[in-house]
Amino acid sequence: MDKKLEKVLRRVQKPARYTGGEYNQIIKDKSEVDLRVAFCFPDTYEIGMSNLGMRILYGIINEMPGVWCERVFAPWIDMEEEMRQEGIPLWALESGDPVSDFDAVAFSLGYEMAYTNVLNMLDLASIPLKSADRPGLVPLVFAGGTSCCNPEPLADYIDLFAIGEGEDMGREVLELFRRAKKEGWSKKEFLRRAANIGGVYVPSLYDVKYNNDDTIAAIEPKDGAPEVVTKRIVEDFENSYFPTKSVVPSTEIVHDRVTLELFRGCIRGCRFCQAGFAYRPVRIRSVEKLVQQGIESLRNTGYQEISLSSLSSSDYPGLKELCDGLLDWCEPRNINLSLPSLRADNLSMDIMKRVQRVRKGGLTFAPEAGTQRLRDAINKNVTEEDLLESCRVAFEGGWNGVKLYFMLGLPTETDEDVLGIADLAHKVLQTWKSHAKSKSRGVKITVSTSCFVPKPHSPFQWEPRITMEEYRRRVKLLADNLRSKAINYNWHDPETSFIEAVLSRGDRRLGAVIELVWQSGGRMEAWSENFSLERWLAAFEACGLDPAFYANRARSREELMPWYRINMRVRPEHLWRERERAYSCVLTPDCAAHCTDCGASTLMKGGLCCG
Amino acid sequence: MDKLRLRFTKTGRGIYISHLDLMRTMQRAFFRAELPLKYSEGFNPHAQISIAMPLSVGTASLCELMDFRLDKDVELSDIPVRLDAVMPEGIEILEAYRAVRKFRELKWLRVRGDFESDNKKKEQLERFFAAGSIVVPKKTKRGVIDMDIKPAIRSISFSDDGLEAVVSVQEPTLNPELLVQALNHLAPALAPEFARFTRLEFYDENMEMFR
Repeated sequence: MDKKLEKVLRRVQKPARYTGGEYNQIIKDKSEVDLRVAFCFPDTYEIGMSNLGMRILYGIINEMPGVWCERVFAPWIDMEEEMRQEGIPLWALESGDPVSDFDAVAFSLGYEMAYTNVLNMLDLASIPLKSADRPGLVPLVFAGGTSCCNPEPLADYIDLFAIGEGEDMGREVLELFRRAKKEGWSKKEFLRRAANIGGVYVPSLYDVKYNNDDTIAAIEPKDGAPEVVTKRIVEDFENSYFPTKSVVPSTEIVHDRVTLELFRGCIRGCRFCQAGFAYRPVRIRSVEKLVQQGIESLRNTGYQEISLSSLSSSDYPGLKELCDGLLDWCEPRNINLSLPSLRADNLSMDIMKRVQRVRKGGLTFAPEAGTQRLRDAINKNVTEEDLLESCRVAFEGGWNGVKLYFMLGLPTETDEDVLGIADLAHKVLQTWKSHAKSKSRGVKITVSTSCFVPKPHSPFQWEPRITMEEYRRRVKLLADNLRSKAINYNWHDPETSFIEAVLSRGDRRLGAVIELVWQSGGRMEAWSENFSLERWLAAFEACGLDPAFYANRARSREELMPWYRINMRVRPEHLWRERERAYSCVLTPDCAAHCTDCGASTLMKGGLCCG
Repeated sequence: MDKLRLRFTKTGRGIYISHLDLMRTMQRAFFRAELPLKYSEGFNPHAQISIAMPLSVGTASLCELMDFRLDKDVELSDIPVRLDAVMPEGIEILEAYRAVRKFRELKWLRVRGDFESDNKKKEQLERFFAAGSIVVPKKTKRGVIDMDIKPAIRSISFSDDGLEAVVSVQEPTLNPELLVQALNHLAPALAPEFARFTRLEFYDENMEMFR
């Protein structure tokens, strides 16, 4: 180990996040490697190592002969200071080599608030930030992940975006890049050819023109770049790669367990949810396969916990069989099974009881809105009766804590809807009073609200976000009406999500703002202690841009969105129709009940999703 | 099965794994090796493992000990082989055997300190540690207290690039880092720029090797 680093490791918090050497890490012989990929996660080790997408791509890329993919995470503030002071460049965990030695630098972008970390990591690696300032073929800086469905804010910094699921596309991009390196192509030549790989968006091949009112007049492709970049998906999800031999961190991470992916996509179509539309179509893995992958992963990692993860896990058709299959193996071995993101409507108490036998966790429900009218408007198909019935069964079964998640600022929300949250919380409390198994330990009902962020490729992509002042008014209204000591109210600050709202629907002019925020010290901003609204506002001002233009403005149907060249396969007409139905509070049935012809099925051979 | 004891080393990248993380790492490794640990009974069952004298982060060791029980009979000589195959970098399993003596009989630890230092101060350092008492501020849970570390040092000798000492690990516990802190505090001119400590061997109160 580098001597400077060794000394620094004595001074920083949690040094184990910087050392690598974990079980199952992949080490290759450099003499047999002709392409080195630094897979960068723009947040801490503990967050990045919990990310299933990263585990999948790390495994897939390392399966390519001659390619070595290593992990890189953003250093925490204390480590960054030490690195800058001691002149230690950003390094990859497996080899300890500086990132500047790598051929390709890949970023996983899941959350807009990590954008300043992307710039910071490039800088710590001594890689010029802007794509235009990196004239050579090497290093290639590319990115993928959920927030790439609007790639524009980072358009000046990233050479190439991979839109959609990266399993096949990642390999194709790297194969082409390897060929480019071997044959000595120019960067321009490589990018021009890469733009023809399905799902690849090369921002430098698109010129943006603006109207006088600052909206977009056109985004024009050049040099043969496609008019529309259509996201990629894994068609055969049943047989697609799943990492059953993941790296096992030697220090505790956020999701310190085996995570099984039951399905991709979501049948629900909640209108506020980007993932519910952008990840379509629904593709399901069989119970048999999942049990096998679960057991194999547990054996290979030694984890004592396994969780089921998908957008709405309780919609998995074989949930009971899956839980039975896993528990049969887990229970005798003292392994816990945990179920996240339960829906109140189809919660199976049989399953909950079985899960509880190993270990009892808290119960979390996300009704999202306080009244039936608003729940219908957002197409969250949960009724008050469903929720109270689930709570009743849970309280009778001995649970004494419930968390309820809501959003404030959803389109069409009125004060009546806000007060409906208080009403619902009090009804949950009443349910506990009449049905609790034992009242001696009391009950804890937690109500959480966050401020709704309209997202690209969702039916609410045209909607304005409410102002921070308005959010605070609604928070106060709710707080004043939650009068029981048994009900605890947490509200998320609207400041971080205001900037998230700006970035998620932003255009490429925001790059300058992001860079300025980074220059003035912005990093690790997903962590509230490091976030500064003032820093962002100052940067907007210096760049002559108005954040409210991006966050709080209603868009017309005709407006060209910064992401209109990106096609997530759900037709904009469908999104608009869903928006209209929201305003008239009309429910849309879920995909399992009735196909709404959203367009996603065209990605599947035979044009069928939902099995 | 009886209470068993594992002897292992923690070096290289492994020295940054904290005590709590090591407990988790060990449980996972036993599981991977298909060596089922015995769990406690009760509402919240936990594996019955116990590591002697938690090692501080950044200190290496060639003599770590961990007690455990297994739920099935396994050939003792198989245990280190199977575990070693599934360990993260920096932890090496040396042997497994029936635990006879109790950890509370542990008293002394032989430790090596490797110094990074510009000039050689062997004699001065030996003179410093020959003093009748060496009082150092020590951080505890209740705040900073003054500790006379001298009675906790059974022997200490210096070479040109470090020290070897026998220090008390139990009643009182002397973290070898305190040897350097004493220099920083009382004789900064003698303090090395950087020191790496490695545990070499445990002993009982009669200086019999403890395993």
